Amino acid sequence: MANTKASGTKSGGKRKAAAAPIKASVEDLQTYYRDMLLIRRFEEKAGQMYGMGLIGGFCHLYIGQEAVVVGVQAAMGPKDTVLTSYRDHAHMLACGMDPKGVMAELTGREGGYSKGKGGSMHMFSHEKRFYGGHGIVGAQVPIGTGLAFAHRYLDEDAVSVTYLGDGALNQGQVYESFNMAALWSLPAVYVIENNKYGMGTSIERSSAKSTELYHRGQAYGIPGVQVDGMDVLAVREAADKALGHARSGKGPYIVEMLTYRYRGHSMSDPAKYRSKEEVQKVRQERDPIERLRGIMTERKVMDEAKLKEIDKEVKGIVSEAADFAQASPEPDVSELYTDVYVGA
Amino acid sequence: MPIDILMPALSPTMTEGKLAKWLKKEGDEVSAGDVLAEIETDKATMEVEAVDEGVLGRIMVPEGSDGVPVNQVIAVLLEDGEDASAISDAPKEAAARQPEQQAGPAPESAKEPAKESVLAAPPKEPAPEAEPEWTGATVKQTVREALRDAMAEEMRNDARVFLMGEEVAEYQGAYKVSQGLLDEFGARRVVDTPITEHGFAGLGVGASMYGLRPIVEFMTFNFAMQAVDQIINSAAKTHYMSGGQVSSPIVFRGPNGAAARVAAQHSQCYASWYAHVPGLKVVAPYTAADAKGLLKSAIRDDNPVIFLENEILYGQSFEVPDSKDWTVPLGKARIARPGKDVTIVAFSIMVGKAMEAAEKLAEEGIDAEVIDLRTLRPLDSETIVASVQKTNRLVTCEEGWGYAGIGSEVAAVVMEQAFDWLDAPVKRICGVDVPMPYAANLEALALPQSDSIVAGAKEVCYRG
Repeated sequence: MANTKASGTKSGGKRKAAAAPIKASVEDLQTYYRDMLLIRRFEEKAGQMYGMGLIGGFCHLYIGQEAVVVGVQAAMGPKDTVLTSYRDHAHMLACGMDPKGVMAELTGREGGYSKGKGGSMHMFSHEKRFYGGHGIVGAQVPIGTGLAFAHRYLDEDAVSVTYLGDGALNQGQVYESFNMAALWSLPAVYVIENNKYGMGTSIERSSAKSTELYHRGQAYGIPGVQVDGMDVLAVREAADKALGHARSGKGPYIVEMLTYRYRGHSMSDPAKYRSKEEVQKVRQERDPIERLRGIMTERKVMDEAKLKEIDKEVKGIVSEAADFAQASPEPDVSELYTDVYVGA
Repeated sequence: MPIDILMPALSPTMTEGKLAKWLKKEGDEVSAGDVLAEIETDKATMEVEAVDEGVLGRIMVPEGSDGVPVNQVIAVLLEDGEDASAISDAPKEAAARQPEQQAGPAPESAKEPAKESVLAAPPKEPAPEAEPEWTGATVKQTVREALRDAMAEEMRNDARVFLMGEEVAEYQGAYKVSQGLLDEFGARRVVDTPITEHGFAGLGVGASMYGLRPIVEFMTFNFAMQAVDQIINSAAKTHYMSGGQVSSPIVFRGPNGAAARVAAQHSQCYASWYAHVPGLKVVAPYTAADAKGLLKSAIRDDNPVIFLENEILYGQSFEVPDSKDWTVPLGKARIARPGKDVTIVAFSIMVGKAMEAAEKLAEEGIDAEVIDLRTLRPLDSETIVASVQKTNRLVTCEEGWGYAGIGSEVAAVVMEQAFDWLDAPVKRICGVDVPMPYAANLEALALPQSDSIVAGAKEVCYRG
C-alpha cells in the first residue's frame, strides 16, 4: 500500500511512505463502510430525486469520493470544525448532520437545515461544527482560515479542516490564506480533493505541475502529502498525521487526496470531457467502497449477513430522508423576509 | 413490488427529452449505478443510471422516442423473486400515473398563480429612537481620536473584539486611527496583516461566523474591492442562506471617497455599492461624536457593518460626549440644522458642505434644513419624508457618482412616500460622472462644492 507522497521543508521533499499496517479496529472498518455507503446511497437518491424534479438548480454529487470525507472525519476531534465548497452533502453526513435535514434542504423545504433558503450549496450546523456549504469556488479557504484563527484566539484544542477542490487551488485567495496560516502558525488542515477535473477542465489543462498539488504550500513552508483518496485507511492515516501536526501548534498542513467523481460536475453535465472507459476503469479498480469491502471480506471481519444488515440500515435511512424531504412543506411565504438581519 | 423508472429531468430547465438509446434490454440484471439508457436533453446527451437493483422487467418507451415528458414511466424494474407477470397489466396504468409530488422540474409554487407572487413586503421596521440629547460634559476630539476611543472602549468591554488590517498595529495605523491600541491590547488583538485584502477579509468573516467580533480595517475602501466577494457573498448572505443559524458580526471600516490629489483609483465613494446589498448595514458619519457613537454600535451589532470614514474628516474636531457608555443607534438620521424652505440631505463629508451652503442660503433668505443621514442602510426614510412634508423641496448631496447613487434612492423614497408634498422636482448634487482626475483644478470641478448645493437649492426653490 505505497499510497502517500510527502513534501515539506522539514521532511525534505518527496518520499514514499512505507506500506502502513491497518490500525483500524473491526468496529472502525464497519463504521467507515457504513458511512461511505450512506453517502453513496444518499447521493444516488438525490440524483434520482433531481431527475424527478424534486430538487432544483445545481446539485453536485460526491459519488466516488466517499473515502475522503469518511477517512478525514474519522481522524477529527470533537472540537474540530469543517467547511467546504458546494459539493458538500457528504461532508455534512460525515460530520453527523441529519440526512433528513440535508435532503429536505435539497428539496427546498421547511425541514431543511436552512429552512429551504440555502439549497444544496448552503447548509450549516453549529452543533456539528460544520460551517458551510460555500458556493463561490475558493471562498471557503479564507473563511476556514478564519475558523483556525478563532480557535487560536480562543485558545481552543481545535483544528479547522478546510476542503477545497483541485479547481479552487488556482484561486488567489487560497495562497493569501496559506500565507497567513503559515505566518501565524494557525491550526488549519487544507484537504485538497483532487478529482482531476475543475468542472470540465482537467488538471493537466488548468494547473502547472498538476501531479504535485500537495507542493502548493511549499513556498510558505507548509508541509504537504499526497494520498490515495480512494483508500479510506490511507486517508485516515494521513489525516491523523495532518491533524496532529496542526493541533500541536506546528501550523497548517496540506493533504492532497487523489480521488475521482463518477458523476458529472453537476446534474446537467454530460461529462463529454472524459471517456466512459476512464470512469469505468476507476469504478472497477479503485472504488473506495468495494475496496474496503474486499479488505474486510478477505480478513474475515465482515460476513454477508453483516453486509446485508448495513445495507438495509443505510437503505432505511436514505428512504426515510427522501420521504421526509418530500413530506416536509415548502417554507411559509413569510420566510421570504426573515433572517436577512440578526434581530430583525 | 415492481419499481417504475421515470423519465428524469437532467437539467434545471428540461421538461421533455428524447430516449435515444437503451443500453440494457428486458431481462437484464441491473445494479445501482449501471447505465440504463441515453437521453438527449435540451442541452446534451446524458446517461441515465439505475438507482435500484433488480431485473429490467419491461421497457415502456422504445428507443428513438421523441418528446418524452419528464416523469413518464420509461421502464419497470423487478425486484428479487418477482417475474414479469407482476407487471403484465401495468403498462398503461403505470404510464399514465404521475408521481404524486409533481410532474416536472417547476417548483410547486410556480404552478399556482399564487398570491405569493404579489406578497407584500412586511412593513419597514421603524427607525430607532434617536440617542438622547447629551447634556453631560463633552471633550473636543478629532474624528480620528473618536474612532480610536470607540474601538478601545469596545475592546475593553468585550474580549471577542479584535482589530486587524494593514499597518494597524506597529505602524499605529496608516492614518493613525489605531494609535496606541497595540500598546494596550497586544499583538493578539491588534493584528497587522499582510497586504492581502481578499484573504484577511475572508479570514475575518470566518472568525466572525465562529463568534468573534472582528473589526477589519481597510487602508481605504478602494482596496476593499479586492475583498468584495467575501463581504457580499460570505458576510452579507450567510445569515439568510443558513436559515438564521450562522451570522457574521463584523465591522469593515476605513476611509471612503475622495482624499486629495490621489486620482481615480484612490478616490471613489462606495456608499451606494454597499447600501445596495440586503444583509449589510452601512454607516457614514460626519461628526466625531457620531463617528464614536456609531462605531460603538456597529461593533456591538450582530450583523456585518460597512463603516465608511473620510480621510479629510479624520483631522477635524468636534465636541464628543465624555462617556464610555454613550452610543448612537444605527439607522437614525440627525437633523444637523433645522429649516423650513428646503431639505438638504447629505452624509459624511458632504454634511459640512451642506452646512456651508445653508449659511450662504440663509444670507439670501432661504432657510434650509440639513439632514445628516449617518446610516445609509437601513435608511431613515421617516426623517427625510417628515422634513420634505415640511419644506416641500429636496436636494440630495453626495461625493459619489449620481447614477444609481444614494441620492437616486432618496429621491425614489420621497417620490413614493411624499409625492404630493413636493413643489419641485428633486435635485441631486453629485460627483461628476468621470473617473477622478489628478489635476487640482479638474479635481475641484469633479467634486460637488457648497456652491453647487446652493445653486441646487435655489433651483428647487425657483429662485434665480
